[in-house]
Amino acid sequence: MLNPIDVAFKKAKNENRPALLTYTVAGDSTKNQSLIILNTISKYADILELGVPHNTPVADGSQIQTSAYRAIKNGIKIEDIFWIVKKYKKNKNSKPIILMGYYNMIFQYGEKKFLEKCKKVGVNGLIVVDLPWPENKSFIKKCQKKTIYFIQLLSPTTSKQRLNKIIKDSHAMNYFISMLSTTGGKLKVSSKKIMSNYFKIKKINPKKNVVIGFGITEKSIKSLKKADGLVVGSAICKEISSSIQKRQNPVTNVANLVKKLKYKIL
Amino acid sequence: MKLKKGIPLIDQGNSLGFWGGKFGGNFVPETLKKPIEDLEILFNKLKKDKKFIAERDKYFKNWVGTPTRFIKLENLTKHVGGAQIWSKVVSDANGGAHKIYNATVHCLLAKRSGKKIICGDTGAGYAGKMLSMAAKKFGLKCKIFMGAKDIKRQQPNVKAMKKNGAEVIPVYSGSQTLVDAVSECMRFWVANCDTTAMCVGSTVGPAVFVRICGWSTSQISRELKAQLIEEFGSIPKKLKLYNCVGGGSSSFGFWNEFMDYDKKQCEFIGVEAGGPAKSRRHAAPLTYGSKIGILHGAAQYVNQNADGQIEETESISAGLDYPGISPLHCFLKDTKRARYTAASDEEALKAYKLVTKYEKLRPSLEPSHAFSVAIKEAKKMSKNTIVVVNSCGDAYKDKKILRNRLGKKYA
Repeated sequence: MLNPIDVAFKKAKNENRPALLTYTVAGDSTKNQSLIILNTISKYADILELGVPHNTPVADGSQIQTSAYRAIKNGIKIEDIFWIVKKYKKNKNSKPIILMGYYNMIFQYGEKKFLEKCKKVGVNGLIVVDLPWPENKSFIKKCQKKTIYFIQLLSPTTSKQRLNKIIKDSHAMNYFISMLSTTGGKLKVSSKKIMSNYFKIKKINPKKNVVIGFGITEKSIKSLKKADGLVVGSAICKEISSSIQKRQNPVTNVANLVKKLKYKIL
Repeated sequence: MKLKKGIPLIDQGNSLGFWGGKFGGNFVPETLKKPIEDLEILFNKLKKDKKFIAERDKYFKNWVGTPTRFIKLENLTKHVGGAQIWSKVVSDANGGAHKIYNATVHCLLAKRSGKKIICGDTGAGYAGKMLSMAAKKFGLKCKIFMGAKDIKRQQPNVKAMKKNGAEVIPVYSGSQTLVDAVSECMRFWVANCDTTAMCVGSTVGPAVFVRICGWSTSQISRELKAQLIEEFGSIPKKLKLYNCVGGGSSSFGFWNEFMDYDKKQCEFIGVEAGGPAKSRRHAAPLTYGSKIGILHGAAQYVNQNADGQIEETESISAGLDYPGISPLHCFLKDTKRARYTAASDEEALKAYKLVTKYEKLRPSLEPSHAFSVAIKEAKKMSKNTIVVVNSCGDAYKDKKILRNRLGKKYA
């Protein structure tokens, strides 16, 4: 059986466009609201990344940090995150879910127990920011047994030799970090440069889907549309923060933003 | 889990950088894999390079000022009435604390790698101050990340950093202390690792930073070993080495050369920050049995909740106010080579009062924690026991806290 992630990429490809991946933090700004956001944006997004908030995130810029701290402050716990996914998956229009977070949360829960729970509630993939290759080798195998994709991160600093090895050990989807930056940094390299790096990676194994993320906004998304998929995270988190500040409804504003993003890549 | 003899502890990690198979490692974002690997290759080469070692020693001698004094605290010994109490006055070093060793080595490495900028974290401000001094000395641009709470309580060191031309970047996230400064510094490095070198201010962080720092501060025990032999003719039969432990850089450096001695002869006692007497938010993960977790790229004992969120700490000493602890100390604890305990804020202050009353020595709040336990335990020891306390920082930076807590007389 195909992982629903593959199905999502296939569908986008059939429509001759990149898959749109969104990232929101679980529990931002509350448990219920983040669930409503997922339900609402499912209409436009192809794959939903759900951030597991952590209070010492070493790879996240200020937008995602703000969202994560807000969610933690509002009391989000790991079990609530599983609850969100479980509830969301009951929606008949639900999309594939990728949990994205830091390794300590998995380590404390226990790798085995964590994966069992993921499987049970319907998580389709995992991104663990601080569990790089080769440290992640044994965990990848455990994910595979549960048919959960472990998504490898690739960076502009990753050497050719290393790229080959990582991609060989990867599942059907990889994540290319557009530039040297934490999440949500200003795009400091040209789209052309990003795409040229992207195609170098793609060439290593054309069968595996590669998405691009970090620094992608409404402005830049169109110029990267040749990729298999594009991830927008910080821009969405920023929208939630500014909605709260302006006392507007984050759900409506985020839905509008994701809708606009989708139209840019059609 | 076992310590190996004849191999420096910093080199006892496995191929993935784990000591004892489970402490340390490299839990870092992919972007940092390459710069960390580059630094590892450079460091592994240079630490065997005689020319590089000669260069390091030249700067340690002429610029840092080695050796720092090893003195007997006669009056304190008499007052306590037990073991002989000595101190290694590491605060004699240029800048006033042990952080100068690591800062100097990191700047030398940065120069070799061709980087023009160096960034670093700081808690008490000493790591930042020393890095700013070394960066100035070696012509590097310097950025220091410091928690906003620490900026307020350690103003003398902030002023020193700025005077040395460093940019001090306040960190407002989380508890606004060292833990947040280290995170922010790592984030900066993620975004700028192509032009910038990073200095982690203690024996924490990804494995190579633990090793570089430990290698650098080991200067302290190299000096002490020679000084002990000069004073006593040989290493004393009963030697007790007391040191405060925050991240663990000064204590590791203070003990390293004595690692292979039997612990019955050379005992290591690490003193963590217990925080305010009635507070639960200690900074003593080893003493109070915290669980293993991942913080700043390394597996270690760390204060955290059941979910794995890192917990805020509270200590009067900014330099010890850190929820984690060096993987090296986790390893030393589990192999039982070192013993760990904690002193509260109040106990540290009391020890500061006592030391300054009897001696011409002004240990900062960090080593005052070590003095507290050393004084308490020395009472019950025989006269031929040699207690040495590493006075690794000077109290000048703490004058505001001391004035508030103990009155004008002590500031």
